[in-house]
Amino acid sequence: MPLGLLKYAWKSPESMPRFFPDETPLKKHYDAVIIGGGGHGMACAYYLAKEHGLTNVAVLEKGYIGGGNTGRNTTIVRSNYLTSEGVAFYDESLKLFEDLSDEFDLNIFYSTRGHYTLAHSDSALHTMRWRAEVNKFHGIDSEVVDAAHVKKHVPYMDTNCGGHLPVMGALYHAPGSVARHDAVAWGYARGAQSYGVEIHQKTAVTDIRTVGDRVTGVQTDRGFIETPRVISMVAGSTPTVAAMVGLKTPIEIFPLQACVTEPVKPFMDTIVVSGSLHVYVSQSSRGELVMGASVDPAQLHSTRSTLDFVEGLTDQMVDLFPFTSRLKIMRQWAGMSDLTPDFAPIMGKTPIKGFYLDGGWGTWGFKATPVSGKTMAHTVATDETHHLIQPFSLDRFERFNLVGEKGAASVGH
Amino acid sequence: MKFVECAPIGRRALSEFVYAGPVRKEPRNETVSDADLSEFLYYHWNQPAVQTELWQHRPTGIWFYFERDTATDRIERVYPATKGAAQ
Ligand SMILES: Cc1cc2nc3c(=O)[nH]c(=O)nc-3n(C[C@H](O)[C@H](O)[C@H](O)COP(=O)(O)OP(=O)(O)OC[C@H]3O[C@@H](n4cnc5c(N)ncnc54)[C@H](O)[C@@H]3O)c2cc1C
Repeated sequence: MPLGLLKYAWKSPESMPRFFPDETPLKKHYDAVIIGGGGHGMACAYYLAKEHGLTNVAVLEKGYIGGGNTGRNTTIVRSNYLTSEGVAFYDESLKLFEDLSDEFDLNIFYSTRGHYTLAHSDSALHTMRWRAEVNKFHGIDSEVVDAAHVKKHVPYMDTNCGGHLPVMGALYHAPGSVARHDAVAWGYARGAQSYGVEIHQKTAVTDIRTVGDRVTGVQTDRGFIETPRVISMVAGSTPTVAAMVGLKTPIEIFPLQACVTEPVKPFMDTIVVSGSLHVYVSQSSRGELVMGASVDPAQLHSTRSTLDFVEGLTDQMVDLFPFTSRLKIMRQWAGMSDLTPDFAPIMGKTPIKGFYLDGGWGTWGFKATPVSGKTMAHTVATDETHHLIQPFSLDRFERFNLVGEKGAASVGH
Repeated sequence: MKFVECAPIGRRALSEFVYAGPVRKEPRNETVSDADLSEFLYYHWNQPAVQTELWQHRPTGIWFYFERDTATDRIERVYPATKGAAQ
């Protein structure tokens, strides 16, 4: 590839092929329409075309590719969840992630770091042990380590936390990784397009038409499209899109914020999460500290960011990494998190025939991008719910059969 | 920092309050069906709208109803959460 680049040094930049081809007009009919051009939408389109031969497919995105939570997240990929359902599902995703750069011929900067979830109390340590046992049972590399181990592998951390919440141990997950978020969406998008899938940016779905209990098409701000299958992959807009077919969901929208510091020399090659301090941090390949916390305190459909967030986060971060008091915050931003009561997603078929839901990704859905695309594509193409997502159906709440992932997902995304 | 005008306790920082979620009409415990209970607990529209919510003022322990717009974060009305007061 670098050699291939060299030839453009002598040619005009315009002669370089565009990453995405020019847009075409909307067709009247598609075999499937995906709403939402984030990672999930693009992955689903890719696997529909590649694995199921469904290529007359359109992805409709009201903004630009990856402009939703896909391009706003802190890119943590891990599989050390608390429930068997969660572990099996996220582990499959991790395996898919490892091969994506090759599959796309595009570097997604997948970087395996090792992931520490700190325990500052007996009860936190208890949950870590529980998680480690569930993880090991499923063959996941996950163990409880003591404070000395943490001190050795995460230099510059004050494991005494200024004396107020000393680190007692941690759950260590060696495969924990970070990746370049946009590249994941771009790679899937380019792959899907190479099979003939159409991607329409700046195209918002304003309504979904049904006849009886069956989907017949979508209304967009560029006209009406007929289609028997609509797949909603809109994360923070899920309640709004579900309401278009008259579906209520348990999904509530809360802003989730993050920020980065100015770049510093590489000093931390791990990912560190503290549930008790409500913060997490990793160092990007540019040297910035990528930092985040839990969701904002109350429901809000907005991507505004606040000073309260940065104040709260840095207050805790300085306890954990005292030297960060000298760093400046460079940027902060927010995404709209689609939270569910049990911190597990909502995926698969719905009571409306031809309307498929992939939402409830809250603060944890980036790592699920490959496996969601794959399992949703399977479900749509065969009309059989993929076994990995059976526990995540919308009607589990009617059956009071929740998944219970809160202990592994509320702060560590 | 955001401030809220609260009749009995005056102007307070929003950070002194804890959010406890939107107020929803509770079904009767003894007679509620499974379907109605799951509807009450889980299935909602959750659209951007002005909703009535419960918030507790931590220092005094007093509960309030906030009428808040979940699209703009603007708090439109605040009044004490006495039984039956939710509008
Ligand atoms: C600050 C932050 C940190 C996070 N950190 C992590 C992390 O470390 N690890 C992790 O695994 N997850 C993390 N997440 C969660 C993760 O980002 C999301 O769950 C995931 O990216 C969701 O991907 P998606 O493709 O489903 O949604 P999105 O990327 O949000 O894509 C949905 C798209 O739908 C479009 N859309 C909405 N309505 C319409 C409409 N009517 N018509 C057309 N298009 C529409 C939107 O414009 C948007 O582009 C984090 C999230 C945030 C906000």
